[in-house]
Amino acid sequence: MLKIEGLTAEVEGKEILKGIDLEVPTGEIHAIMGPNGSGKSTLSYVLSGREGYEITGGSATFNGQDLLAMEPEERAAAGLFLAFQYPVELPGVGNANFLRTALNAIRRGKGEPELDAMQFLKLARERMKALSMPEDMLKRGVNVGFSGGEKKRNEVLQMALLNPSLAILDETDSGLDIDALKIVAEGVNAMRGPNFSSLVITHYQRLLDYIVPDRVHVLMNGRIVQSGGPELAKQLEAGGYNSVQAA
Amino acid sequence: MPAVTETIDAVQSVTHSTYKYGFETEIDMDFAPKGLNEDIVRFISAKKGEPAWLLEWRLKAFALWKTMAEPRWAAVKFPPIDYQDAYYYAAPKKKDGPKSLDEVDPELLRTYEKLGIPLKEQAILAGVEGAGESPAEGRMPVAVDAVFDSVSVATTFKDRLEKEGIIFCSISEAVRNHPELVRQYLGSVVPQGDNFYAALNSAVFTDGSFVYIPKGVRCPMELSTYFRINAKSTGQFERTLIIADTGAHVSYLEGCTAPMRDENQLHAAVVELVALDDATIKYSTVQNWYPGDENGKGGIYNFVTKRGACRGARSKISWTQVETGSAITWKYPSCILQGDDSVGEFYSVAITNNWQQADTGTKMFHIGRNTRSTIISKGISAGQGQNTYRGLVKISPKASNARNFTQCDSLLIGDKCGAHTVPYIENRCMTAKVEHEATTSRIAEDQLFYCRQRGLSEEDAVGLIVNGFCREVLKELPMEFAVEAQKLLQISLEGSVG
Repeated sequence: MLKIEGLTAEVEGKEILKGIDLEVPTGEIHAIMGPNGSGKSTLSYVLSGREGYEITGGSATFNGQDLLAMEPEERAAAGLFLAFQYPVELPGVGNANFLRTALNAIRRGKGEPELDAMQFLKLARERMKALSMPEDMLKRGVNVGFSGGEKKRNEVLQMALLNPSLAILDETDSGLDIDALKIVAEGVNAMRGPNFSSLVITHYQRLLDYIVPDRVHVLMNGRIVQSGGPELAKQLEAGGYNSVQAA
Repeated sequence: MPAVTETIDAVQSVTHSTYKYGFETEIDMDFAPKGLNEDIVRFISAKKGEPAWLLEWRLKAFALWKTMAEPRWAAVKFPPIDYQDAYYYAAPKKKDGPKSLDEVDPELLRTYEKLGIPLKEQAILAGVEGAGESPAEGRMPVAVDAVFDSVSVATTFKDRLEKEGIIFCSISEAVRNHPELVRQYLGSVVPQGDNFYAALNSAVFTDGSFVYIPKGVRCPMELSTYFRINAKSTGQFERTLIIADTGAHVSYLEGCTAPMRDENQLHAAVVELVALDDATIKYSTVQNWYPGDENGKGGIYNFVTKRGACRGARSKISWTQVETGSAITWKYPSCILQGDDSVGEFYSVAITNNWQQADTGTKMFHIGRNTRSTIISKGISAGQGQNTYRGLVKISPKASNARNFTQCDSLLIGDKCGAHTVPYIENRCMTAKVEHEATTSRIAEDQLFYCRQRGLSEEDAVGLIVNGFCREVLKELPMEFAVEAQKLLQISLEGSVG
């Protein structure tokens, strides 16, 4: 399980996270909602170890391991996956090559045998079929020339292949049409199970119609100001974030 | 196990050393006295039992060299070279008799084994029936000519090539057995007085490879030469001559390594290519000479003249180079596009890390009508490395409808390295079309983070991104070299991040 206590962090000297307390038990999906600038993306980068985010206090552990002391690749090997809000383009790097390199790096980290090219292709094709993704996406450069929806689906494909135990989805729904949204949601729902937990960061309630969370947290001004069941998301949709502050 | 797999394994087995070819082989060597003068030129010629015309040719080159000065226009810095303080001939001592692997010093063969060179065609040379004739796993066999310091020590697959009428041997052997071909073409693309280093090479060249592909023959396998500088204080001056007769096709690979030494060693090679009507020559290089240590001490000065002449109509010459080694690289593989509709290509990856300097590029001379050239150059600078692309596209008034496309991309890693692009374009033809594109970029922090979030170490991430950056060039390499080159790129950049 993911356990965050009193977490504070700065970006370029400005305090963004002002004391986050959050627990995501194994097997649960939690949603984090909040207006722009509330610290949602910062939280996802701090948890995944991006440079440029200075942690000034508090702790974050994942299955008892001190996340904040680990390199980004160690966190990945420990089972943490971040679906990027803006997936990065890697020109000239074939998607299949990238996915296999990543998968084998994580398998190595877990002490599992690496997959050869044939084994990998078989696995990748199965997963792609499940996500209704055209096979030629494997041949293209990583995210190069992908539409917004394709990029997000590529993130979900990576998640499906790397099989993390904790997935952080950073506004994966932004820029998606309804069909793409359903595919992404199906990808996440397919992973649901006793060994998978997820932190779904979103701006809108819409995604939560398809990925129904166990808990919803409202992040405002660097703090979690309210937590509740799925109905909290609907309340926000109706009343806006001001309704929370008022509450 | 196919030779190719061995090569790849040898490359992959050592991924953490900085320069894994830095060993020296203890072999009985035969040296000429130190220094350079007419007597040394005569000594070399006599050692090789050369005919009088070739000695005269060398002496003419030496006379020209004495009147010339080192070119200083390249963006590279190095202290003056004392040309009298080097050996110009160093050869492993040989027993008499015909060349076969059995008679080569076993120490030498072990060296090539360490290098991962597929010299395992020993069985064929030893006359084992069918050995190597059916390449395992459907891969193409590679015929190898190995040059150790100054002499060619072994050429494989000779018999099989001879059946097709292909000549693939050391240039010394070609001088003995095919003097008419050597005399006709030697110096016809790079004349003795072409430049300082070419003149030096013409005077003292000791060996190299010779290839002749007869009319209409498509060479059935890759031809390959491995060069190694071993002895101390020696230069290596190899000379390669490749002739593709009408309608012939050949793909040629060149690889090079040297031991680690704290002195600088000179490598001044000349490569000449001649393509007649409808002929195609593909020349690939993976250059991994010792680059010097992390403080810039030692390393090879790689001052090389490579030029191809597309003499015939519809002929094609394609250069692909991956330059990861050498302290200094000064090299401009060029194409003279004389034949109508001839095609010149230049694909290059050059890496400079630590204190390495590279000034490299190409020259495309458009002389015939409808001639086309493509230049794709990828420069990667890390550490304190300086990387310059220098190129010339020259279009003569008669080269109607000539076309050139040039793309120069530079990638910077760190904040102490440099990338420079110096393209010259001289167009004297109204109907010609010349395009030039250039970019300079850094490995972005978000790219590195994206890779690391997916489980890749920082170095693996850099390797992956750099290989992606170079993909357009690497895909031009024959399969056998592509894997080796990818690995080399990553090794060359070790320690450049973090």
